[in-house]
Amino acid sequence: MFFDEVNGIVISSIPLVAFLSVFMGGVISLQTAANMSSPLLPDYTIGYITRSSTILEFSPTIISLILAGKVGSNIASEIGTMRVTEQIDALEIMGVNSIGYLMAPKIISTTIFLPFVVIISMVLSIVGGWIAGVQSGLYSTNTYLIGLRAFWHTDAWYVWYALTKTVVFGFLITSIACYFGYYTKGGSLEVGRSSTKAVVAASVAILLANYVITQLLLV
Amino acid sequence: MIEVDNISKTFGDTQILFDISATFMEGKVNHIIGGSGQGKSVLTKCIVGLHEVDKGRILYDGRDFSAMDRRQRIEIRKEIGMLFQGSALFDSLTVEENVMFPLKMFTDMSKEEMLDRANFCLKRVDIIDKNYLFPAECSGGMQKRIAIARAIAMNPKYLFCDEPNSGLDPKTSIVIDNLISEITYEYNITTVVITHDMNSVMEAADNIIFIYGGKKWWEGDRDGIIKTDNQEVIDFVYASKFMKNLREKLINS
Repeated sequence: MFFDEVNGIVISSIPLVAFLSVFMGGVISLQTAANMSSPLLPDYTIGYITRSSTILEFSPTIISLILAGKVGSNIASEIGTMRVTEQIDALEIMGVNSIGYLMAPKIISTTIFLPFVVIISMVLSIVGGWIAGVQSGLYSTNTYLIGLRAFWHTDAWYVWYALTKTVVFGFLITSIACYFGYYTKGGSLEVGRSSTKAVVAASVAILLANYVITQLLLV
Repeated sequence: MIEVDNISKTFGDTQILFDISATFMEGKVNHIIGGSGQGKSVLTKCIVGLHEVDKGRILYDGRDFSAMDRRQRIEIRKEIGMLFQGSALFDSLTVEENVMFPLKMFTDMSKEEMLDRANFCLKRVDIIDKNYLFPAECSGGMQKRIAIARAIAMNPKYLFCDEPNSGLDPKTSIVIDNLISEITYEYNITTVVITHDMNSVMEAADNIIFIYGGKKWWEGDRDGIIKTDNQEVIDFVYASKFMKNLREKLINS
């Protein structure tokens, strides 16, 4: 059950995350390059900004927001459908603790494995930035690498900050989606509504949690 | 035997059930009938513990289910099989996995033993060579039969069937009714069927309880329901002109 959820929720999201991350990194580096008009700023700043933006915000937060849509709606509609088709009642009558049986594997698997997805996203986003910049002749591979390595000794802990955020986001996405799905009442229309509410609530919760965690850890 | 002793249930300001008492006998098919919105589904959900009663007791062979906590109820729930209106098979599991599900959750059986039991139950309901299909690939009648197989997998002492004929054609309905009766007599189960399908009542009911306005309005058997002079029962059972004429003929003969 646990590994089914890891596969269904986490592994199945990797292709989408990979695709988004490569293009996200590409756009970050191109926009940074386009906005750097001062000759006083060295070109390697592009690599530095791409790395920092990706690790601090884009990979953990943007990817979590996107997964709140994909995974959150999926979980809420799956559990909501089970509710309206009496499958949850069937579990309860058999004596199965439906909350533990349905929710726990989803919440635990996503909370544990979402950080790995975000690490993949960080790597691919940085690779995307490199491909986009070198391909368009804005900087060389060497310059980009210098930027990536710049101030790493002071910034390395940003990765831990990002992964801490991701653990919280993973928990929020799944627990909120499970809640809205589980307490669905009515028919198919309400399943759709629960799914929408879950995505909206999870997105808001992610943004609020992002602010609080940043305030606590970075400021 | 299941005894319902003076139970009442309220949702918010609306009282749904009023002091209902009834006895559902072992080895008998007990039907709860009544119009839509009269409280028969709420009554059933109270009996199986999906809703908590406000007042009264529910006794399973003398064991006070309503006074038990969640953990204590698990032992009784293992003895309950339930067939839901929409079958409630788990979409993500195959036919075989659905039937094996309660065995997997509550027994120490090996996989081979579970498979044997699942195949036995599926064969009992005439589902053969469909083990690897998913519920969505099965017809409504097949889904009901698979749900019965799942319900009897744990050798239940009590079987609840919530509108087992809904959405089925008359011929398949009779197959399901007969199957429920056969299983009841074969395994000496206390069976409670909630329905408003009079064909089903006349085909299979040993004991009939008529719920009206949240109260137990009438109780009797198939003979009794034909001859009753209770106006509400007559209005429900003989709603159509055809049935009214049939009743007159039956009484006159």
